[in-house]
Amino acid sequence: MPNVSSLAASLNPATPTDMVARAELSEIDASAKWPVIVFLLSGLAWLLIGTGFALISSIKLHTPEFLGDYEWLTFGRARTAHLNSVVYGWSTNVAFAVAFWLMARLSRAKLRHGGLLIVAACFWNLGVTIGVIGILAGDSTSIEWLEIPPYATPLLFVAYALVGVWAVITFRFRKSEHIYVSQWYLLAALFWFPWLYSVAQIMLIFEPARGTVQALVNWWFAHNVLGLWFTPIGLAAAYYFIPKVLGKPIHSYYLSVLGFWSLAIFYNWAGVHHLIGGPVPAWVLSAGIAASLMMVIPVVVTAINHHFTMVGSFSALRYSPTLRFVVFGAVNYTLVSLTGSAMAIRGFNEVTHFTHFTVAHAHQGMYAFFTMVMFGSVYYILPRLLLKEWPSATLIRTHFWATAIGITFYWLELSIGGWIQGTEMNNANIAFIDVVQHTIPWLFLRSVAGIVITVGHVAFAVNVGWMLLMRRPAGVTAPTLFHSPTPLPTPSVR
Amino acid sequence: MNRGPLIFLGIFFALAFSWTGVVLTNQIQYGSLTPYYDQNEGKTYPEKPSGLAERGRLVYQDLGCLYCHSQQVRRPGFGADAERGWGERQSVARDYVYEKRVFLGTMRTGPDLRNIGARQPSADWHYLHLFDPRLTSPGSTMAPFGFLFEYRQIVGERSPKTLKLPAEYAKLHDLDRPGYELVPTPRADALVGYLLSLKDTYEFPEAKPYVPRKAGGAK
Repeated sequence: MPNVSSLAASLNPATPTDMVARAELSEIDASAKWPVIVFLLSGLAWLLIGTGFALISSIKLHTPEFLGDYEWLTFGRARTAHLNSVVYGWSTNVAFAVAFWLMARLSRAKLRHGGLLIVAACFWNLGVTIGVIGILAGDSTSIEWLEIPPYATPLLFVAYALVGVWAVITFRFRKSEHIYVSQWYLLAALFWFPWLYSVAQIMLIFEPARGTVQALVNWWFAHNVLGLWFTPIGLAAAYYFIPKVLGKPIHSYYLSVLGFWSLAIFYNWAGVHHLIGGPVPAWVLSAGIAASLMMVIPVVVTAINHHFTMVGSFSALRYSPTLRFVVFGAVNYTLVSLTGSAMAIRGFNEVTHFTHFTVAHAHQGMYAFFTMVMFGSVYYILPRLLLKEWPSATLIRTHFWATAIGITFYWLELSIGGWIQGTEMNNANIAFIDVVQHTIPWLFLRSVAGIVITVGHVAFAVNVGWMLLMRRPAGVTAPTLFHSPTPLPTPSVR
Repeated sequence: MNRGPLIFLGIFFALAFSWTGVVLTNQIQYGSLTPYYDQNEGKTYPEKPSGLAERGRLVYQDLGCLYCHSQQVRRPGFGADAERGWGERQSVARDYVYEKRVFLGTMRTGPDLRNIGARQPSADWHYLHLFDPRLTSPGSTMAPFGFLFEYRQIVGERSPKTLKLPAEYAKLHDLDRPGYELVPTPRADALVGYLLSLKDTYEFPEAKPYVPRKAGGAK
């Protein structure tokens, strides 16, 4: 039960909302506190671990002798440890945390059976830890996005089963009559992920399909992890936080319906565009290309919806850390999706396939879109759980600019490098070794971008640690903003 | 849109759609594709991998080679796979029917390896290249795999697989001690066996070797 001071702290004195609703939200937040914090902190630890492996792999690509004597850190393993740490460690943990909190808030129901979720978090993180150690030790399956060795996956399965049971219970006990668009995305994501994962595990590892059917299953899974797991959760957060911070409703209900269903129908066919030109039936490639192009509909619809919600309130970007991160992510969602559709066109794909252009694209999706939205969400959620404000606006500013500039530069320069690599590779008059040599400067710049991003992550981690350790101030506190104490455009900005 | 069950049905059928289309239909269409019996030669193709090659495939898998090397030759006119000599013909689904795990790959930081066994049939070359890629391919950015080799005292006769290092290189890296030899470990042996087994040098009715267009016919 919230005591008087915590209740007061959750109130913003300027908020016109009535006390009862506020008290209810504060109770919901209190019930979500520990499960969400456990997932967030384990995610943060994985972010730092994954960043370390990222830097090692990146340096190895232009300076192959770097740490070259250590078998467990050879490029093929370090790169794989990076991917699995950031995808299943950081991204999935933070996705769980944000999804639980959003689900409880939007269902206007206290988070029940939080202990179940904490047990799930233990299983999940144990599974990922054993998985990443297994990869470094040489037990990787070498199936892209599914490298975690089969002895660790049952732990992940148990964790996910607990999460699934919990999500259904919470949704059933919802008090709110209306189901907001974010909830559709969350429900769909929580349902889609285990389906994708179990089919892929069975058809690739336990009872492998014959020949290149494996490749189709692999990319059906791997692309859908992005499109039907991380994307819906990123969009759910964007749909929640943009209107929430601005204190006004989303522009159009109908556009959000259209965006959701067109994503649900088209995205899941798109993954096979990773096999264009490969030894799989031509019809399935054509279907994949068509679906990839149709993805323009949900993307443009969502972009319009978010943009028109923002119109008239762009000045809030100057103040609110949450809004700044989330809007940066939402803009990148539009860009990365449109690039993705273009990359499925055969002529474009002929150049970009098999090059670093694809790597740049993947990072724009997982980082510039998804991770940035998650950062923004954490800036909103954590103060409400801990009933303390962020200790340092400077660290938030450092975090934002280092990651935003870092990832933008990363994407831009690696796309250029990848495009050059692709055009040169398609010209047999240029010796292959020259193609390789010409990528080195771009790969070097990528390491530089990686270091800049790392600075941002360290700033973030320091701020979180500081916040956890500092004493909670008595009475009413004001949110930490980039430009306080300037008067705010809307009262609930954070 | 306030009906939970209706939303759930939609969510279910959305994924069921692609699961049926991409996964199930293809599994039915060619999930039991068989090898091809060549009547002229009295053999079936592709051939089953040897035990050594199977073990080597596991080394290829645990080191993550596929993150830099693809194993698929695209059709002539789509990319420059044929012109680069990566294969005499495009790869087709039947080539992969015996592979327990298919490594098509999505990246060409290094060249395609689908036919590396035919393009580079020398085991000695592969040993040197794995030990230090810059020895055989100056300018390469491939990772060195020194840990797959052993520098040991010669017991009895010198191993026939001793790496033939250039004298200067051996001196520089202190690998020229008398009475010592640099030899591949069983894992390196298996990996090279696997690489040498990678060659689709046979024809299928659906895949014939590529005949280069005559000069002048080229665009």
